Amino acid sequence: VPVSASGSRAVYDALKALDVRIVSALPETWLVHLIRMAEEDPDVSLVRLAKEEEGVGISVGAHLAGVRSAMLMQNHGFLQSINGIVSLAMLYRVPLLMLISDRGHLGERDPWQTEGGRHTRRVLDALNIVTDELRDPATVEHQIRRAVSLAESSLAPVALLLTRDLMWQEPT
Amino acid sequence: VRRSDCLAAIYPELESRVVVSIMGSLAIELYELGHRPNFFYQQHGMGLASSVGLGIALGRPDLDVVVLDGDGSVLMNMGGLTTLARYAPPNLTHVIFDNESLLSVGGFPTATSAGADLAAVARGAGIARVDGVDTLDGFVEAFRSAVSDGALSTVVAKVEAMLPPTFHMDLHLLENRFEFARALRRDAR
Repeated sequence: VPVSASGSRAVYDALKALDVRIVSALPETWLVHLIRMAEEDPDVSLVRLAKEEEGVGISVGAHLAGVRSAMLMQNHGFLQSINGIVSLAMLYRVPLLMLISDRGHLGERDPWQTEGGRHTRRVLDALNIVTDELRDPATVEHQIRRAVSLAESSLAPVALLLTRDLMWQEPT
Repeated sequence: VRRSDCLAAIYPELESRVVVSIMGSLAIELYELGHRPNFFYQQHGMGLASSVGLGIALGRPDLDVVVLDGDGSVLMNMGGLTTLARYAPPNLTHVIFDNESLLSVGGFPTATSAGADLAAVARGAGIARVDGVDTLDGFVEAFRSAVSDGALSTVVAKVEAMLPPTFHMDLHLLENRFEFARALRRDAR
C-alpha cells in the first residue's frame, strides 16, 4: 500500500523518544506501518482493539499507573470513542495522546471516508480538544513533544491529525 | 447471594490489591466496607472499567489488579473481553457481578435476565479461566483461586438486585483519581 514509511517512522521515533510504552490501535490502512513498528518493538505493548473506545480506558489506566501511552486510530475511531473521551478521560482529568488518521479530507478519493472527514475538525473543536496537524516528517517530533507537554500539564486530551501529506504517497 | 456479602468476604484480599470498580451500587458497597487509596470508583465511562484495568495491568506488571464489573457494563463493552483474552495479563482478575439489571438507573432488566450467559461469553472470547458461581462460598473459593493462579481469570457471580441505602460517597471523584494514582506510584517497586 502506498502509505509513507518515512512519515510513519518519524511519528514512531517521536513516540519512542517520549517513552511511550503502551500503544493501542485499531488497524486502518494509513496506520499499517505504525502498527507494525509497535508490534516489532519489544519495549512497547501494542494493544489491538475490537473498538476504539476501549483505547480510552486503556490509556486512562496506563496514566493512573504512571505509564505514558498513545492511541492510534482513524477519525471514525475518534468519533466512535467520544463518550469515553468525555465521560472518562475528561471527567477524570486524564491526558490522552490521540493520533488520528485524517481520512476523508482534502485529496480523498474514497467516497465512504468523506462524511467523517467533513466533521472531524468541527467535533474536535466542539469538544475543546487542542489539535495539531502533522504534515512534515521534519517537524513531527517537535509537534508530538509539544502535544504531550500540553496534554500532561492541562490534564486533557490532545489530538494530532495524521494528514494525507504525511501518511500517503501516491503510487509513481 | 448479596453482592455486598461477596465484597465483605473478599475485602481482606482486596486491601492489598489495585481495585477498579464500576459506578453505582457496587462502588458504594465497596466504599462502605472501607475506602482505601488503592480503590478507584469509576463513576462514568460505562463499560470501560475492564479496559482501565487492562491498561493498569499492562503498565504495571508488578501490581495485582482486580476489576469489579457488572452485567450492564460488560454488555456495553463485550468486544473488550476479546482484548482482555488476547493480551491476558496474568496480574488481572475480572469479577463480574451479574444482577440481571441496570439497578442503579431504575432496575431495568438486562439481556442476562433473558438468557445471555456472560461466563459463556467470556469463555467464547478466549479467556482460559472462567468460573460461573451462584453461591457465596462458591464465589469466595473462585475469587481466591482467580487471584492466586497467575493467569487472567474471570469470575461471574449471579447476585440479587439490591439497592444500597444511599449513593452518597464523601469522596469527590477527582480526589479519588489523584489519590489512586499517587497510591500506585507509591507502590512502585
